[in-house]
Amino acid sequence: MTAVDQLHSELDHPLTTREASNMPAPLGPDGTSYRGLAGVPLSLEPLNRKDFTSDQEVRWCPGCGDYAVLAAFQGFMPELGIKRENTVIVSGIGCSSRFPYYVDTYGMHSIHGRATAIATGVATSREDLAVFVITGDGDALSIGGNHLIHLLRRNVNLTILLFNNRIYGLTKGQYSPTSEIGKITKSTPMGSLDNPFNPISLALGAEATFVARTIDSDRKHLTSVLRAAAAHRGSSLVEIYQNCPIFNDGAFDAIKDLATSADAIIPLTHGEPIRFGVDGHLGVVRDPQTGTFSVVEVADVGADALVVHDAHLADPSFAFGLSRLTDAGILHRAPIGIFRDVDAPAYDDLARDQVALAASLGNDDDALQSVINGGDTWTVR
Amino acid sequence: MKHVNTLDRVVIRFAGDSGDGMQLTGDRFTSDSATYGNDISTLPNFPAEIRAPAGTLPGVSSFQLHFANYDIMTPGDRPDVLVAMNPAALKANIADLPRGGVIIADSADFSKRNLAKVGYESDPLTDGSLEDYQVHALDLTGMTIEAVKRFGLTRKDASRAKNMFALGLLSWLYHRPTDGTINFLTTKFASKPDIRDANITAFKAGYAFGETTEVFAVTYEVAPAPMPPGRYRQISGNLALAYGLITAARKAGLPLFLGAYPITPASDVLHELSKHKRFGVTTFQAEDEIAGVGAALGASFAGHLGVTTTSGPGVVLKSETIGLAVATELPLIICDIQRAGPSTGMPTKTEQADLLLVMFGRNGEAPVPVLAAQSPSDCFPTALEAVRIAIKYRTPVVILSDGYIANGAEPWLIPDIESIPTIDPQFASASNGTDKAGEPVFLPYLRDPELLARPWAIPGTAGLQHRIGGIEKAKDTGAVSYDPANHEEMVRTRQAKINGIVRDIPDLVVDDPADSDGKHARVLVLGWGSTYGPIVAAVRRVRKTGRLVAYTHLRHLNPFAANLGDILRSYDRVIVPEMNTGQLALLLRAKYLVDIRSYSQVRGLPISLSELARDLEAEIDQLEGTNP
Repeated sequence: MTAVDQLHSELDHPLTTREASNMPAPLGPDGTSYRGLAGVPLSLEPLNRKDFTSDQEVRWCPGCGDYAVLAAFQGFMPELGIKRENTVIVSGIGCSSRFPYYVDTYGMHSIHGRATAIATGVATSREDLAVFVITGDGDALSIGGNHLIHLLRRNVNLTILLFNNRIYGLTKGQYSPTSEIGKITKSTPMGSLDNPFNPISLALGAEATFVARTIDSDRKHLTSVLRAAAAHRGSSLVEIYQNCPIFNDGAFDAIKDLATSADAIIPLTHGEPIRFGVDGHLGVVRDPQTGTFSVVEVADVGADALVVHDAHLADPSFAFGLSRLTDAGILHRAPIGIFRDVDAPAYDDLARDQVALAASLGNDDDALQSVINGGDTWTVR
Repeated sequence: MKHVNTLDRVVIRFAGDSGDGMQLTGDRFTSDSATYGNDISTLPNFPAEIRAPAGTLPGVSSFQLHFANYDIMTPGDRPDVLVAMNPAALKANIADLPRGGVIIADSADFSKRNLAKVGYESDPLTDGSLEDYQVHALDLTGMTIEAVKRFGLTRKDASRAKNMFALGLLSWLYHRPTDGTINFLTTKFASKPDIRDANITAFKAGYAFGETTEVFAVTYEVAPAPMPPGRYRQISGNLALAYGLITAARKAGLPLFLGAYPITPASDVLHELSKHKRFGVTTFQAEDEIAGVGAALGASFAGHLGVTTTSGPGVVLKSETIGLAVATELPLIICDIQRAGPSTGMPTKTEQADLLLVMFGRNGEAPVPVLAAQSPSDCFPTALEAVRIAIKYRTPVVILSDGYIANGAEPWLIPDIESIPTIDPQFASASNGTDKAGEPVFLPYLRDPELLARPWAIPGTAGLQHRIGGIEKAKDTGAVSYDPANHEEMVRTRQAKINGIVRDIPDLVVDDPADSDGKHARVLVLGWGSTYGPIVAAVRRVRKTGRLVAYTHLRHLNPFAANLGDILRSYDRVIVPEMNTGQLALLLRAKYLVDIRSYSQVRGLPISLSELARDLEAEIDQLEGTNP
């Protein structure tokens, strides 16, 4: 029996769990432990947003929501306190995927749909890197749908910013997998026929461990979600409602317009009853029979009947139910906030643990020579 | 005392149902023959179905072994001995057995029902239809069950050991050592003592049966083959490839990251690498072929040696990512263990029809170096060289193997790991230019003036932050560029970089011994990949007839060795045997304007050496104007 066979047979259980990492994690200004970044070296001097700004001229259309996300990201990154050279941003193809060029870290602008796969390799091979994926609704949910769900089920330790503008922008305005049914576009002059994905529902169906939704123009909320994502070890999916002023302008007006947003945004805050609307007149209740969530007038049910949000439930059904409150058609109302945030072992941590445990058997040249020699040899003189 | 006949070579084919353990039986006989000192060459041949219906022709699995007292090149076209465990195995293989060949058949399985299943109207073992062969019809199953009775196994479990009975009998017949198989069974079934003992007992019983029976009047001896001194083992191509990759990564001081999706016949490389994590090997079984190569490229970007292993259908899916590796100029190893196509084709059968795919199967001008291994053990040095090129030139490199090499085995003079030269990844560590203000900057596409390779700056290196990607890059700075002149320069530079690898390729050597009059051959046979064995064997056969023929073999398919054109032009006729419809021939004709003759066989099997030898003789005779 080889040493490796012996190791495999001596493990009383497969090596698929790990003790909580005792590696020090960076601390945020409010004392948050950024556990997702444990293992990433800290910057010796404080950095500012300029340090995260590359020399490339930003070239999105005037008024594009991507500008706001970029600014929020560049403003947030110094807060993490990590070395910028230990940050890697991988993007796919689409308007938002130009993002890495504008941030002065390591970056790869890859190919359509595959950023998630490439980033899995980056994150798995290096514990000391903070890895971000920049993608869009077409990139992540259409051509790259398979990689996205598999990344999420594996729980690879990285953060995905999914810019959802519900349209193909770079190819000049075809409907996307998040466009509402009946969308009139260049490729669907009589209206699109296919039912859209709800990205949050999709991610929760894959049992993603951190799933949140935010809005490009709400910098404060966006930053708070990025902060929570950094505190999460494992895959963090952040859907960002992002306006495309050229091909799908106004898609999110209901939740952006101050006149309507109070009744349109269903705010999710862990531990808080889900109550919203002008003067808090609306709330979310759950049918005890079906588990279905619905929006009601608080006056009709009483404040005690409202659902208290719990993002830490092990079962994703609760969060999934909440995600169904999102309009599939033209958007009038949607939950915003962190749907789910649970602890689970990260694939890349476990993969490195297996390599480290195996290495403890000895891995010098003699060990390799012995493997290559194998069991049955003969000598010719 | 029985008569002992001395032979210089024997080809045995073990054939049975796919559940009969024929691959294991063949492997063991091979191992014992190798340990004994014979040269060996093997050809496993099995159905893609895991368990086709029992007793049917599609369910037949076979293993052919050629062992000899000299250096053999192929597993042999035709067996001398056929071991047939059932009527289907006999029917599927009898056409390959020359008249006079030996058949050892398990008569227990030749029931009316089993005969009918494969269309035998009467029992060929008794109806006289095999009278041109030496037939030994033995109740292998019955004797096995009898021998292992004391272990109290079910009849079904007991009969499973019949392959070991057959192996024992053949081991006696050919004077094979038995310790290896007994040790093997002891380890393999360590946790199942009943099964272990039954198999060992059946093996010994088969051996003893040979000694006591009157059935075999003669036994055979094949003496060890002379080989260069040293320590040997037997090795298959996939195993040698895995060892080569691990060794190369170690020599480069890089962790190895394999991203792969299961596919026949490449999966064994994934299996093997996953056993060797201790050497810094991470194996990622991806959700698909695209993610496999994507993750590998991501790992390369992060400073690991990214590797992906696959077969033709997987290469097609990976093409876009290989193109990205060309554009980002990162090291990446793509192993294509070719199989018969198109589409799903014949997954368990061999072919070498992916050459043009790996050469050109990408959008845009996307040159990639291509290397091909010529035999199972040759996968090891091929992997080392591929990694060396990938790292030195910052480029994806394709390694071509095929099902024949991947699963076939041969003796291997075990290399000394320590004596293999190291590979320096030469990671960039400092800025390499200045900006307009005179400040130091990092230029990710500033090339080495000679090699044209760009710097490999891995994340975590302070001050060298940079962005790469699939959009055309401005020279030096790597910024996005749509400038026409820049694009043309980048296209030509990427090509020149790959062309420049020729500086590392040794000149091709042609084997062309002069005859007694000092005359050289007019016909050159040129091959690549796994046709090496059949070509050399055929050339030897042709030379034995007194005809002159030269041969040479390519490992480097992109770029070609510098002297290839001169070699082609110095022969009156160049014949290129391939297991495709002439892909290398097409490349050579295009590049060198030489009237190459393509010699093509596309049967899912290695090229037949006897056919090739016959056809070469005809070519030579035609050229010489003789008709012997």
